[in-house]
Formats: sequence, C-alpha cells, structure tokens
Amino acid sequence: MPLTGLEIYKLLPQTNCKECGYPTCLAFAMKLAAKQAELKACPYVTDESKSKLEAASAPPIRLIELAGADGSIQVGNETVLFRHEKTFYHRPGLFLRLTDTDGVNEVKRKAAEAEGYRADYVGIALGLDGFAVEAKSGDPAAFKAAVEAVQSVSTKPLILLAGTADLAKAGLEAAAGTRPLIHAADRDNWQAMAEAAKAAKAPLAIRSDSLDELAELTSSLAQAGLEDLVLDPGVDTLYKSLFTLTSLRRLALKKSFRSLGYPIITFPGNDTLLAAEQIAKYAGMIVVDTFDPALLYALLVLRQNIYTDPQKPIQVQPGVYEINTPDKTAPVLVTTNFSITYFAVANEVEGSGWPAWLVVTDAEGMSVLTAWAAGKFDAERIAKAVKTHNIGEKVEHQKLIIPGQVAVLSGELEEELPGWQIMVGPREAVDIGSYLKAMWQR
Amino acid sequence: MTVEIPIEKWAAKVREVTLGATAAQGGTRTRTVTVGGEGTLPFLSHEGSLPHSPALALEVRDRKPDDWSPLLYRAWGEAMDDPGDWAKAAEAAGADLIYLVFSSTMADGRPNTGENARSVVRKVLGATGLPLAVIGPGQAELDNELIVPAAEEAKGERVMLGICEDKNYRTIVASAMANDHLVQSKTPMDVNLSKQLVILIHDMGMPLERIIMDPTTGALGYGIEYGYSVMERLRLAALQGDTMTQQPMLVNPGEEAWKVKESKVGEGVPAVWGDWERRALAWESVTATTLLLSGADVLILRHPETLKRIRSVLDGLRAPA
Ligand code: B12
Ligand code: SF4
Repeated sequence: MPLTGLEIYKLLPQTNCKECGYPTCLAFAMKLAAKQAELKACPYVTDESKSKLEAASAPPIRLIELAGADGSIQVGNETVLFRHEKTFYHRPGLFLRLTDTDGVNEVKRKAAEAEGYRADYVGIALGLDGFAVEAKSGDPAAFKAAVEAVQSVSTKPLILLAGTADLAKAGLEAAAGTRPLIHAADRDNWQAMAEAAKAAKAPLAIRSDSLDELAELTSSLAQAGLEDLVLDPGVDTLYKSLFTLTSLRRLALKKSFRSLGYPIITFPGNDTLLAAEQIAKYAGMIVVDTFDPALLYALLVLRQNIYTDPQKPIQVQPGVYEINTPDKTAPVLVTTNFSITYFAVANEVEGSGWPAWLVVTDAEGMSVLTAWAAGKFDAERIAKAVKTHNIGEKVEHQKLIIPGQVAVLSGELEEELPGWQIMVGPREAVDIGSYLKAMWQR
Repeated sequence: MTVEIPIEKWAAKVREVTLGATAAQGGTRTRTVTVGGEGTLPFLSHEGSLPHSPALALEVRDRKPDDWSPLLYRAWGEAMDDPGDWAKAAEAAGADLIYLVFSSTMADGRPNTGENARSVVRKVLGATGLPLAVIGPGQAELDNELIVPAAEEAKGERVMLGICEDKNYRTIVASAMANDHLVQSKTPMDVNLSKQLVILIHDMGMPLERIIMDPTTGALGYGIEYGYSVMERLRLAALQGDTMTQQPMLVNPGEEAWKVKESKVGEGVPAVWGDWERRALAWESVTATTLLLSGADVLILRHPETLKRIRSVLDGLRAPA
C-alpha cells in the first residue's frame, strides 16, 4: 500500500531544515507521495523510517526476472484483480517441460523445435518464453548434460526443476551466465536450496500445498536474504487453481500480505483448458508438457488478449499501406486502424497475390462496424484519408473499394469524393481475393 | 503461521431463471433447467451460494446451414439434414438445452416463413425432452415474422425467445408474455446498454425472472477481452446490488469461434497454427472456458466434442465436497 503524504510526514525528522530543497518536511512528504522527489534528498531520515518507507513503496507482488543467454522475462508486479480496473502488466511466461531421462539428443531436438516456434498475431510475434528442464534422473551429470543440450540450441530463460541442492547446482553450472529459476525449495530442503540460489543470484521457487507453510518458508528465506521468490502452491485442478490463485492475489493486493506477495508458477501438464484458466486467473509462469502448435497458438493468443490494456485497443498507424508492390493500376481498398481488422484484410490481400493500396483510416482503433456505429468511420473520415494521403496521385483510376459491412456509406462517399467510383467489397476479408478476381480489370 | 483466506461479502445475488416446463407445469419437457442464483464470483463457492451449474446448449438450425466449417458437418453428419434428428443428436451428445436458430432463407433460397418456423418448432419439441431457445435470424422484420408463430406453437413450454435488441424487442417480448415464455436480451458489449434493455423489457411487464441477458462476446483473438471484461463488470455490479444487472448471462462462443479463420478453414493458413481440428476445438473450448470464468450462466456451443470438454471443465471447477 502506498503511503499518503501525511503518513510519510510522520516518518520524517519534522525539523523543516530545508536541506532537501523544500521549505518544510510536509512539502517534501507531499512530493514523495506524488513520486516527484526521492527520499535520499533528506540527509536526516532515520534508518528505521527509511526501511518503513521502502517497504511501503515496494510493489505488492514482487517483480521477478529470469534471463537467458539472450532475452529475459519479467513476471509479477500486478496491481489489480480485474483487468478493467487498470490493466494486467506482465504476461505469464509459457515454458515447455523437457526431461533429462529423454536423453541429450531428444532434449535437444525438442528444444530446437520449440525454440524456433514463432506465430504472428496482429503483427506481434508470439512464442514460448523458455524451457523448464527436469532432473528426473536424479543424476547431476545427466541433468547438467540436459541443460547444456537445451542451451546449445536456445538462448531463452530456463527453469531448473531440481529436487535437491546438488541437482540445482549441477543445473546452475550448466546455465552459468544466465538467470534461471530454481524449482523448488520445500520444508525439507530449503536451507540448502537457499544457499545454491544465493550463490548463483538466481530466483527460487517454493513448493507447498499449504499457504501457511508457503508463508513461513518465504519469511524464513527473506530473513536469509533471499527475496526473489516464486510460489508453487501445487494446484492441479481447475477449482483448486482458481481458489488458491485468487486468494493469493487478494492477499497480496488487498491485505498487503508481504510473505505471499510473489508471482506464482503452475504446472497444468497437458490440460490446455487448465492452462487457459491460469492465464486469465493469476498465474505468473505456466509450464506445459507438450509442444503442440495447435494448442500453444490458442494459449498465446488468449494471453495476448487478456493482457491487452483495456484503455488502448491495439492499433496500427493510419496511412497508406502497399501490399505486393502495387502500381498505378492496382485496386485501392479502405479499412480501419483496429489491428485485428487491418491484419485480417492485409493478410488476405497479401495471400491472394493481388497488388493493392490499403488506406487505413484513423477510426480510433475500432473494428469496421463498431467504428461505423460510433461515428468514427464515416464518409467524411474516409474521404479525408483519401485526400490527405494523395491517393489520386498514386493510381490512374478513381475507384475505391469499401468494406461490405458499410455498404450504406457508398452514396455519401460519392458526394464527398467527386469523380470517384465507390465499389462495395465483400463483407468478410476471406472473400477479397475472389471478389477482385471477379470485379477488377488489371 | 496461519494465513487467513480473504472472504468477500456480497450484498446481492444473481436472479434465478428457469427454462422449460414439464407436464406438471403445463409443458411437455422431460426436465427443466435453472440458471443463476450465484451469490459469489464464478466458482468461488467458499464465499457464497452457487446453486446451479452453468447450462450448456448446442446450436441446432431449422435446416442445414450453407456456410459452416467442414469440421462441423463432419461432426454432425446426416443429423443436420433434419432439425428433429439434429436436436436428438444434440441431446444424446449431452446438451442441457437446445438453441434452435432459424435461417433467413429456406433451402431453396426463398425467405423463411412463419409456417415453416411453426412446423420446425413442433418437430423439435417432439424430438427432444430438453428445454428450448427459439431464435430468429437476426433481421428485425423477419425475426418478428418467424418468432411470433413459433412462440404460439410452443405455448406453455417456457422457451427462451430471441433475439431482443434495442431496435427490435417489443413484438418478441409481447409474444413471450402472451405465451408464457422467456426472452434473451442482447446488447453490444456495454454495461449500461445491458441494463437499459433489461429495464425496457421489464417496463413492458415482463417479469425479471424471465429475462436472460446476452452481453455479446467475441472469439478468442477477435475481441474476447472486451466481452470478458464487460461480463466481469456486470457480475460485480450484480453482486454489489445493482438490480438491473442481476439477470443470468448467456453468451455464444460457438458462433463466434466457428466464424473465425482459425477454426473455420484448414487450408491457406500459417503452418504455425498447427493441426486444424485440434486448433479449431481448442479455439471454441478456450473461448468457452474463458467466458465461464467471467460469469457465463449459459454457453451456446456448436461442436459436440467441445460440449464434452466444457462439461469436464465444469466438473473440475466444482469444489471438492
Ligand atoms: C468487439 C466489439 C466492440 C468493442 C470494440 C472493439 C474495437 N476495438 O473495435 C467495444 C466493446 C468497445 C464495442 C463498442 C461498441 N460497439 Co461493438 N462490437 C464488437 C463486436 C463484438 C466485434 C467487432 C470485431 O472486433 N470484429 C472483428 C473485426 C476484424 O471485424 P471487422 O472490423 O468488421 O473486419 C472484418 C470485415 O469487415 C472485413 N473488412 C474489414 N475491412 C475491410 C475492407 C474491405 C475493403 C473489405 C472488402 C473487407 C473488410 O474483414 C474483416 C474480417 O472478415 C461486434 C459484434 C460481432 N460479434 O461482430 C460488435 C458491434 C460491431 N458493435 C456494435 C455497436 C453498436 C457498438 C457501440 C456503438 C455500442 C454503444 N452504443 O456503445 C460501441 C461503439 C464504441 C464507442 N462508443 O466508442 C454493433 C454495430 C451494429 C451496427 N450494425 O451498427 C455490433 C455489430 C454488435 C451488434 N450486433 O449490435 N464493440
Ligand atoms: S531535509 Fe529532511 S528534515 Fe530537512 S526539511 Fe527536508 S525533509 Fe525535513
């Protein structure tokens, strides 16, 4: 919970010596509360006050970063229970589990396959965030070899699934120079695990089915100087996951319960719908067991959707886009700047092989019908876009194709754009190729 | 250390709405379906009542549709040739409810007729004992033309009639009141519009116990996040005591998910999208699961396999006894 100016004032020396550059301690406190000043400007604040102020300004859910040889991921630091209250900030990491008993070659093959996976969704490249390598063999040498095998083909962050400190150390050695997550400390091994994590400056996951025990362990670890922690509450059903993860999020945000204010790791295995629930409801890292693009793509898109800022729909820059190197005879199509709309149309035109000019109007990031209903995609706006981008000079014809869903605009548009012929395209982008074939003379 | 689980206290509940009427209640259904009644956020049964599981409906058309995904034709096969057979197959597949939708045209291309609507409703009522929703093609005039006779034909069966939208609800609401039915009130993803339409329908004299609201949703990848958040806001408002948001919520992930390229087609799509059938089923079931978590009381689905999966999601979401 951030403190108010008055609460901060009570922690200051209250001598009004002005050395901080403000006339009074209260004025300084107000600036601190507004995050417009830094505490270190006051030379007289006591250590006790300092630690209280720092604790109060720490995020309720700690931000944890994992780093691979190249690339990193941050999770945690969420501030709301529902995305409409503000937004969700740090998308949960999606990791693929690889097992050392599969042997080095198989581990390497699977890692390479998943490493190269990249899907495009509205111009955003989606892929896995890293690998969770499991020391199932119990043999440090085999585990080390498996981690090395993954690293030989991937630069992504790792999670080391190592049940003992010896295994963890073997994995850490192989992952030297990166910042993996060690999984997991528990009631029995936490001291040895803490040492290994501390030596490697790596974050540590804590595993327990009981929230009481999780809180005890995080407190003990924090006292031992380890603060980069991740919780594994061992949730294996849809209900348990929803109940536990909701409770943890509420404890952190509404009760400022520090010892449970850490991101959460889950293991849905092969259950895509459990993974989907965990994306919507509060997981920080999700480890799946199988690499299947058909299922992974759905999860990656869901994650992208849930973590979109509700105040800013994903948009593309308005303007004129050239597809398949159009010339003066190429058709001109018009659409809105909502990313999903733009990419639906652009991908379809590109795939059809037709060279075309795509005029993207500023419809404030709304779909065709939404923008039309909201008055952001009308004849006036479309005409303005056609004029400001000088479409008339790019082509030698005067034909404009509008989306079938706004066929009603054609009359008005002809008035706004004298000399232009307005053609009503199909309702769905999928049909653009066949429409052009039938209606456009090259 | 003892961690105290935070409990939210809610001021109010979602209304209970019952679809269908058995012989004892003046209808012919073999069972009824009650939804709503939640006194807590979705599936958090430790802090409030959850008397009813969300209901799963399968969409059945008055005739075989022209433009569905090949995967759906494969799943339903010949059953699609006859609405009675299709409804029977949907019941056998485990649906709680049949969501019967009229096409705008007949198989030969002529506009659909009230006479046809009547006979299809009769046929479907005869083929299944499940409660029914009877839905127009979504064109104001034609909707009224089809729904009024269909409502008369199903008098006393407590079917849900739709779609009531702000531009067209009076005729359908009147015919629901005259024939003891329910209505589906649909608005485009907006908390205030949802409330307003419920108020308008209620003002005509329709009891709130007979209105289900459809806040509209989008498919995964196509705006699901808007619908998801509107539903969360509606449900929070309902629990906080805003009475006109307390209707159970119905959404249609089946229609939305099967409309998009990811599910609909298997050719000319990026290789990274993976196996078509697995992707399509994931698309519908991930969309549906996400909407359950934001408060859906009735889900309309299209593929029988999705229904199976969502049924097991509902089992998994029930707290252990
Ligand atoms: C998501 C959504 C919203 C989101 C906005 C999302 C966004 N950023 O645009 C929110 C919740 C904010 C919203 C708000 C509103 N919405 Co709205 N919304 C939808 C919804 C569910 C999906 C729209 C969508 O994203 N479609 C996907 C995109 C890709 O489709 P698209 O842009 O049309 O593009 C396709 C085609 O048009 C074609 N295409 C596109 N460009 C081109 C170009 C050419 C040349 C060609 C040939 C083809 C082509 O290709 C694309 C793929 O096939 C629809 C209903 C539905 N299920 O479709 C209602 C819908 C569009 N909304 C509607 C309304 C009324 C509204 C509001 C006015 C409600 C209100 N009064 O507040 C507001 C307006 C916003 C405002 N006041 O600021 C109505 C419009 C009714 C109408 N016919 O006028 C709809 C149809 C719902 C309904 N049935 O009532 N909405
Ligand atoms: S320097 Fe510290 S003690 Fe002096 S006025 Fe500023 S806040 Fe007060």
